[in-house]
Amino acid sequence: MDIIVCVKQVPDAKDVRLDPETNTLAREGVEAIMNPFDRHALEEAVSLKEQLGGKVTVLSMGPPQAEAVLREAISCGADAGVLVSDRAFAGADTWATSYTLAKAIETIGDFDLIFCGKQAIDGDTAQVGPGLASRMDLPYVTCVQKTREATDTGIQVERMMDDGYDVLQLPLPALLTVVKDINEPRVPSLKGKMKAKKAEITVLSAADIGAEEQYIGLAGSPTQVVNVFSPEPRGDRRVFTGTAAEQVDQLVDQLKGYL
Amino acid sequence: MDYFLTEEQQMIKDTAREITEEKIIPQRAELDEKNEFATSIMEDIAKADLFSIFVPEEYGGLGGGCFESVLALEELARGCVGVATSFAASALGIFPVLIAGSDEMKEKYLPVIAEGKRWAAFGLTEANAGSDASGIRTTAVLDGDEWVLNGTKQWITNGGESEIYSIIALTDPSKGARGASIFMVEDGDPGFSYGKKEDKMGIRSSATRELIMKDCRIPKDRLVGRKGTGFITVMKTLDISRPGIASLGIGLAQAALDEAVVYAKQRVQFGKPVIGFQAVQHILANMAIELEAARALVYGAARHIDAHPKKMTKVSSMCKVFATDMAMKVTTDAVQVLGGYGYMKEYPVEKMMRDAKILQIYEGTNQIQRNVIGQELNKEYA
Repeated sequence: MDIIVCVKQVPDAKDVRLDPETNTLAREGVEAIMNPFDRHALEEAVSLKEQLGGKVTVLSMGPPQAEAVLREAISCGADAGVLVSDRAFAGADTWATSYTLAKAIETIGDFDLIFCGKQAIDGDTAQVGPGLASRMDLPYVTCVQKTREATDTGIQVERMMDDGYDVLQLPLPALLTVVKDINEPRVPSLKGKMKAKKAEITVLSAADIGAEEQYIGLAGSPTQVVNVFSPEPRGDRRVFTGTAAEQVDQLVDQLKGYL
Repeated sequence: MDYFLTEEQQMIKDTAREITEEKIIPQRAELDEKNEFATSIMEDIAKADLFSIFVPEEYGGLGGGCFESVLALEELARGCVGVATSFAASALGIFPVLIAGSDEMKEKYLPVIAEGKRWAAFGLTEANAGSDASGIRTTAVLDGDEWVLNGTKQWITNGGESEIYSIIALTDPSKGARGASIFMVEDGDPGFSYGKKEDKMGIRSSATRELIMKDCRIPKDRLVGRKGTGFITVMKTLDISRPGIASLGIGLAQAALDEAVVYAKQRVQFGKPVIGFQAVQHILANMAIELEAARALVYGAARHIDAHPKKMTKVSSMCKVFATDMAMKVTTDAVQVLGGYGYMKEYPVEKMMRDAKILQIYEGTNQIQRNVIGQELNKEYA
């Protein structure tokens, strides 16, 4: 089974700050990591490959330094890495991104399955996976918590729901986005790291994938960010102590104070 | 301190650290409490290729030496000495094959060990043969094309969890130590079974169990090296394995120091963080000094061993004693710095102090190590 995994390099969420002057994400000194959901997508792809044979290609759109997440993916068992990188892609929203990734996948060629993380932890939109599937006219399921039987022609999956899960059967090729419950990602292996160090990452530009200018980057993005701001810190909080009756009295007194 | 690691050595250290951060630390308290073998973590370690570090390249390994193993063990022990012990014991169990095994035997065992699909264990200790290893009673008698083993091994790390065991038995009891040989016994061999599983003070995520051989029959070619050379191989095995135990001491002590410093910066008494008090600073300073001195000795000893010198026993014993005594002291001090909190199971230093104790006992007590060092000095100055 030939699988493509879409991964994104994101700032480590443990350390997210907004620059108070510009209200943009402070990227300086913040470690860049593979989007955590994508690590689960990759693990699922690699385990399927280990069971069924085939090849795992990781794909990312981003600046040249995003190559690091592709190498990390190779150290975790992926076979090849493709980076679509071009200044013209800058400022892409999910609409332009899904177009760009679709064009890149057309360039890569045949595949049976595409895996994406449920969402990226920086934008948190969860739109690129479904957007990509729609553009490529593929059946897709989001929030997959388990892959069941997979054959060359179809795959059965469990989709996480609030009150349990759905069992769905898809023909291949198809696209799946995964939640963290699906697996425990492995730590990169020593041999994988050595392979990753030497691996050649294919870099594709807008021209290489035949992307049309008006559909990519800022120009191809209907989403406009009007304003980004840090919410005001919440006001003082008080903790009432004592018996329930005493706490209620204190609360009533407090509320009366606002009248 | 910068120890000038090569890129490959740094990679090994980083990989072991990732296992510790992502797999060991989240599970260690539960495994300790349940006295449960860390099967899934051992599988994670295998997937990360760490079992292949010391296996020669021609058998699918990375061809690393004692130093590379030390780097991995130190990082794993930062997470849990129980897990690191299970990992180290597998290497210990297969070292006799590496040292004295035939090519066929290496071909049979080393690739599966490198893949981490099967683990090994080392069976020397018996009820009446601890520090005095020459007191072993297990026997092996050749009967046609098979060896027949009888005896019971005690406190065997990875017992019941491993599939491959190196067993020291007497092939000629009248010759004492010179009549000992090593055999590879496998899980499922007729007459081979597991006895009591121990309930230990520390390293509770490792398995410690009896191995019972009752008319245990194994093929003739499971003899490691030549008959009667068992003890020489055991001594060579321990020479290269002791720095591994020493490295568990430095990894553990590093973890304890980290916890103690972080706590001392946060804990406020008399209006300031307790790290501001000289009484606490001096405890932390001594912990750091002794830890770094031990690390330098262990790394130096491991690199010495990797240069394949004629004599390595003394440095190997010296680093084991120094680093493990240091680990006992540093973990005890860490509990002291954390005070009442340190004594509680909610904080990790309580487990660290319990785990430290075994390091002074197993793979040759620190008293036996001092005997060895003393004897070596006596020979050197002859």
